[in-house]
Amino acid sequence: MQPTETFFSGFALNDLWFLGEAALRTLWISLLAISCGSLIGIVFGWVLSVSRSGGFLLSPVLDIFRSVPLIIQLVLFYNFAPMIGLRLDPFGAGLIVLIFYTSANVAYVARGGIDAVSQSMRRAARSLGMTYWQDMRYVVWPIGLRAVFPAWVGVALGVMKDSALVSVLGYIELLKASQILITRTQETILILAIAGAFYFALSYPISLFASHLEERWSQ
Amino acid sequence: MFKALPDLLQAALLTLEVAAVSMILGVLIGLGLSLIRIHLKGPLMWLATIWVELARNTPALLQLFFFGFGLGAFGIHFSPYVIVLLGLTFNNAGYLAENFRGGFGAVPDTQIRAARSLGMTAFQTYTRIIIPQVLRIVYYPMTNQMVWAVLMSSLGMLVGFRELSGETQFFASRTFRIFEYFAVTAVIYYIIVKIILGASRLLAMRLFRY
Repeated sequence: MQPTETFFSGFALNDLWFLGEAALRTLWISLLAISCGSLIGIVFGWVLSVSRSGGFLLSPVLDIFRSVPLIIQLVLFYNFAPMIGLRLDPFGAGLIVLIFYTSANVAYVARGGIDAVSQSMRRAARSLGMTYWQDMRYVVWPIGLRAVFPAWVGVALGVMKDSALVSVLGYIELLKASQILITRTQETILILAIAGAFYFALSYPISLFASHLEERWSQ
Repeated sequence: MFKALPDLLQAALLTLEVAAVSMILGVLIGLGLSLIRIHLKGPLMWLATIWVELARNTPALLQLFFFGFGLGAFGIHFSPYVIVLLGLTFNNAGYLAENFRGGFGAVPDTQIRAARSLGMTAFQTYTRIIIPQVLRIVYYPMTNQMVWAVLMSSLGMLVGFRELSGETQFFASRTFRIFEYFAVTAVIYYIIVKIILGASRLLAMRLFRY
């Protein structure tokens, strides 16, 4: 009798479902992080763009999230949260770190967008009697968005891929699920390829769509 | 705690080393991939396209696992250093190829024809007309890629590579002072990235004087 045979079983159709579910979890945490992070990032970007002293204070802080590896940020925050009395599960801790990470990256994109709108155009908008916020909403937003939309998609896709790192905290997203399956089935290449295909299927259509939009807008 | 600092700094050098080597290899391969995608058709072009799209559309950690555990399933075993180097090079080459392609696309064809009609050889046209302009365009994306290479090398700790992050985890798991060690490491990374960005800015001032 070979006892190992009872532990390891091959890759079954059932496992594909398990991976699919995990892919949805990857999608869910990235969607939350990208949407919240982008909102906060736009506010940060606006601060960077309009206020010199605000930018002076803000940019070193944002640089922390951009120049410390995400994996270190995750481990740090996961171990720091209990010190200030926060009880966070891996999902919560991972999400918070991802939101900050996204917002720091989006902030610079948003500043680029606001700066892409020429001063004369903004003065023209104001002289037509628009308020500051009307100018922001009807002039800066549409023009700036077109200028930096591809960059924003790049950040969003980056966050989606980087969400794989939340697996180190133990949140069972796509990569962690594939590791669990590898441990059980011992079919490393197959499962890594399937996980890769899931990521590819999430990311590639969006990047194609973004480059298509970019081409259309540049005409 | 502070006794570990020399070891951590030593590991930081290893981080820089693997990032720099992967960057140099990545630039060479990326240049090749972009030129293949611009000039060639057929299977070689498809291979280059697949490389670029795979590198850009899957997580770096997955790529690293592939070189570490995936190839291991075929009986091809590498040391952690080589795994990280292969993973980073694969990733860098993919991203840089796309940057280079954009850079080459930005140099108008008319300039090449003008250079050729002035009697320059194809090689001279490349080294004196195209490359200097492309370099200017891809310089900042390349700097960013270098920063990313440093950050990505931290994934080495998940395949057992003792660079800065791996060394930190080693110390942290020996002493259970997880937060303290990782905080120190975060500061070291912050400084490394600042140094890279500063050095790149100085170099840019020297390179792009005119």
